[in-house]
This record gives sequence, C-alpha cells and structure tokens, in this order.
Amino acid sequence: MILEALSYGFMQKALIAGITVGLICSFMGTFLVLRRYSLFGDGIAHVAFGGISVGLFLGVFPLWTAFIVSIFGGLGLQKLRQSTKISGDSAVAVVLVSGLAVGVILVSASGGFSVDLFSFLFGSILLISNEDTIMILGISAGIIATLTIMQKQFLHLTFNEEQAKLVGLRTTLLNYAFVVLASITVVTSMRLVGVLLISALIVIPNISAMMFGKGFKKTVIISMSISVISVVSGILVSYFLNVAPSGTIVVIAVGILVGTLILKSTGLLGKMNIKKPSEITHNS
Amino acid sequence: MSVTSVLDVKDLTIKYDNQSAVDNISFDVQQGDCLGIVGPNGAGKTTLFRAILGLQPYSGSIKLFGFEDSKYNSIIPLIGYVPQKVTFEPNFPATVYDVVSMGLISEKRIVQGVKLIQECDCCWNRIYQTIKKKDDKITQALHTVGLESLRNRRIGELSGGELQRVFIAKALVKDPLLLILDEPVASVDVESQTKFYNVIKTINEQNNITIIWSSHDLDAISKYANRVACMNKKIFFHGEKEKFFSDKELLKMYTESSMQMHMHNHDTH
Repeated sequence: MILEALSYGFMQKALIAGITVGLICSFMGTFLVLRRYSLFGDGIAHVAFGGISVGLFLGVFPLWTAFIVSIFGGLGLQKLRQSTKISGDSAVAVVLVSGLAVGVILVSASGGFSVDLFSFLFGSILLISNEDTIMILGISAGIIATLTIMQKQFLHLTFNEEQAKLVGLRTTLLNYAFVVLASITVVTSMRLVGVLLISALIVIPNISAMMFGKGFKKTVIISMSISVISVVSGILVSYFLNVAPSGTIVVIAVGILVGTLILKSTGLLGKMNIKKPSEITHNS
Repeated sequence: MSVTSVLDVKDLTIKYDNQSAVDNISFDVQQGDCLGIVGPNGAGKTTLFRAILGLQPYSGSIKLFGFEDSKYNSIIPLIGYVPQKVTFEPNFPATVYDVVSMGLISEKRIVQGVKLIQECDCCWNRIYQTIKKKDDKITQALHTVGLESLRNRRIGELSGGELQRVFIAKALVKDPLLLILDEPVASVDVESQTKFYNVIKTINEQNNITIIWSSHDLDAISKYANRVACMNKKIFFHGEKEKFFSDKELLKMYTESSMQMHMHNHDTH
C-alpha cells in the first residue's frame, strides 16, 4: 500500500520537497528559537501573504513578489528592533499585521480569494510542479550550505551578541544576513504547510530536540530527524486518510513533542532543565 | 611608532543623560600589570570597561597599544573580556567546548590585530601561536582554568564558579594581550574564588598577560594585584598597591564613599 502511494509522481515530488523543507526549517529554526524569534516565521509568512497578494494583483508570479516583500519585511523587522526600543515580539507583531493588512486590501481589490491564495494559506504540497520541486531543492541547498559554513558565527551571535562583537564578528552585517536567510527559508517552505502553519515546522521540532540535552550539532541533527519523520509520515497518513497534509504534518510534530515531554517527565530522557535563565550576576 | 603602554586613558568622560558616570579620568596600564580597580557600586567601573571595549561613546582619549580611532577597532579582538553578567537560555544547546571555541571564531581578525602591533616595532615581542591547532588551544585554555573534564558538559548544567571559568577560558583561548575582568567572583563560593585567583595569578605571571580587574574584595586586590586604581566616577588614586594599602586616608575615603553609595542605593530602593 505504501509502495503504491510512493509510485505516484506527485507523492514522490511531495516527499522530496517536504523532506528538503523539513531540513531547512529545523536548521534555521534552531537559531530562531534560541534567539526568542519563534514567531519570526509567522511574521514573515504573513508579510509573504502580502507579497503573494501583490503578485496576484499585478499578474506577476506570486512567489517572486513574496520573496522580495518578505526579505524587505525581515530587514525592516531587524531595523525596527535595532533602531527603536521595540522588543523582538512586538516588532514581529507590527510586521505581521502590516503584511496581513496589505494582503487583505489587495485581495479585496482584486475580487476576493482565489485557489492560488488558498494554496499559499494552507499549503499545497501534493500539487507542486517539477519546477517548484527543483526550485525548492536549489534554494534549500543554498540555505543549508550557508548555515553550515556560518553556523559558528550564527551560534555566537545567538549566544551573546555583545560578546560576538568583541571577538571580532561584524554583528550588524551578520544580523541582516540572518534575517534574509530566515525570510528566504520561510517563503520557500510556505508551499508545504502554508502561511498559517509555517511556524510549527520552525519551532516544534527544535523544542523537542532541545529536550534531549545535547550540544549544538547533535541538537540540529535530532531536530532535522524529527522534522523529516513528521513530514514523511504526515504526507503518507494524509494520503491514506484523505485529509490535508499540512495539518497532519503539524499534528504529528506536536505528537512527537508531547511524547518527548512524557519521556522527559518519566526520566527516560535524562534530567529536565526547567529553571530560570542561567546567569552570573554581580551588582556593580 | 613606539608603544609605551598597553592602555592609556586621558581625560575620559562618559555621560548618561547629562550625568557623569565617569568624570575626567586619566590612567595608564603597562605590560604585565595586574591592575585592580576598586570603587563602590555605581562608581563607573563597568562603564569604563565598556568604553575601553568600544561599546560605549565617550569624550577624551583611549589608546590601546598606542592606537586609537579606526586602528583601535582592529586591536579590540586582542582583548579578552569577562563581563560581570552573562545571561543565556538554560537549555542552550552548547557544551563547554562549544563556548570556549567561540573565542576563536574570528581568528583572522585576531591575527590582523597582532600584525598591526608587531609592525610598529614595539616592545611586544610576543609570538602569536597561529600554528597551533584550534583544538590544542581550546584544550590548553580548559587546562589553565581546570575544566578539561567538563569539556563535553552542557553549559546550562554548570555551577556559577564553573561557568565563570568557562568564560575565562573563552577569553584566554585567543591568547589575549589584555584581559579585562569585571567583578568576576562576586557571586562565587569561597573555594571557587581561591581557584579563580590562582588562575589569575598564573596567567598574569607565567603567561605575562596584562590584567585589569575590578573588585570589591580589598583582601584579594592586596594579594593578587600589583597596582591599584581607586575610583568613584573620578580616580582618587592610581599607583602601586603598597602605597594604596599603607595610606590610611585613602582607605578611609574608599570605605566612606562605598558606604555613602550603599546608603544612597538603599534610600532609592
């Protein structure tokens, strides 16, 4: 039965694209979650929704406008955080609602929701074309290569930005590079689970992976494994039950998180570190 | 160009909202010095360090190895800095090894800084050990602070004293020419404090690393520093520690200003 499902071209493309997207979301997500940027994916996805609406409104391929608008949205978010005293989560909220508002205006101006727009909102992994699959593979290879080369720099930036500056890293440039990469990751991944569920793939596998209490590299590998398991099983289960793959993928990822929490609480996964942020504090 | 001191601070003033945090101070630090900076809470010690590290705007002049302005920034990676407060996620997925290796991320810029100093025909006849493998450097830094056995331990699982030593190892791993420690043992138990002071003594005397170190612990300063600067926004004393500790008037002034600041803080809270 599984072999029969795998014999279909659309399933093969869905699995290839899904696994690739799972890998980039979990890798990028490790840094986003640790920087307390968990909702960055949500914010950028909503900006991308505005970008898609611009594309549909102008009659341009919507994914390209989504990429452009999202990258500018990500850079704007970073600038908002750096130049003002607006905190990270508030900055995400401002950018999120701005993107959504522009999207809603353009959608209403162009005569309401279309099938294309729905596919971006809720994902359409089973409908992706050969060209889409090749594009997802190409962009993802670039993202994974960049993250692998820059992982130490991004890890230090995530750990402590001021200390990163003092060891000679160009933190402003790195921060902008980081948000551009994250924006590209989000837009590339939207075809899988859609605008509304993209944060799940970025956040949930990483929260589960961090429960294992390992170092950085092992945590990334565990997160990627959880992500791939969720995507593959989600696509297959959705095929057999004839339900939406995006929702199924996320429900399975949440199930793995709950299972990991249970294993932790029963002591089967080592001690759990639930405590206040570690700090060495001396008053001056 | 001839370099005469590691650090040369002249007429330095730092203001927050028109209030002086550091008020027109001048002092210098020579190679091999272990300068203890004492002063009450709010005396401007951390602000001074942040200015030296290029993190704080100021008026006046700060020269590092004789350099200022744009070249100054090239020298900053040669400073090892241990801040008084480091906050991170308790589940941050990094081991002791990962954190110490962060000190070597920008090795190219460290080498550039060293070349800049060596080109100026100065007294820093220090051979930078670039040929050493990164792993060997990290192992050596962990050995210096006595943490080899914890290299694969996650940082969230360490005690305050162990964490302190991890950040010192991170500062040491790049062979710094200057080490700045901001109240490094204030929240560490007595046993860890003794270990820490021994580490400081070793790296200052054996590795000839210049150290600037702020503390409220006059006993430790008298034991491990060779020079003392006493500040409370202004510098009241800067010189040999023997002179500071033999001058009862100075000690009295330090104690009184500490007490005044303590009472002021108490009133405002």
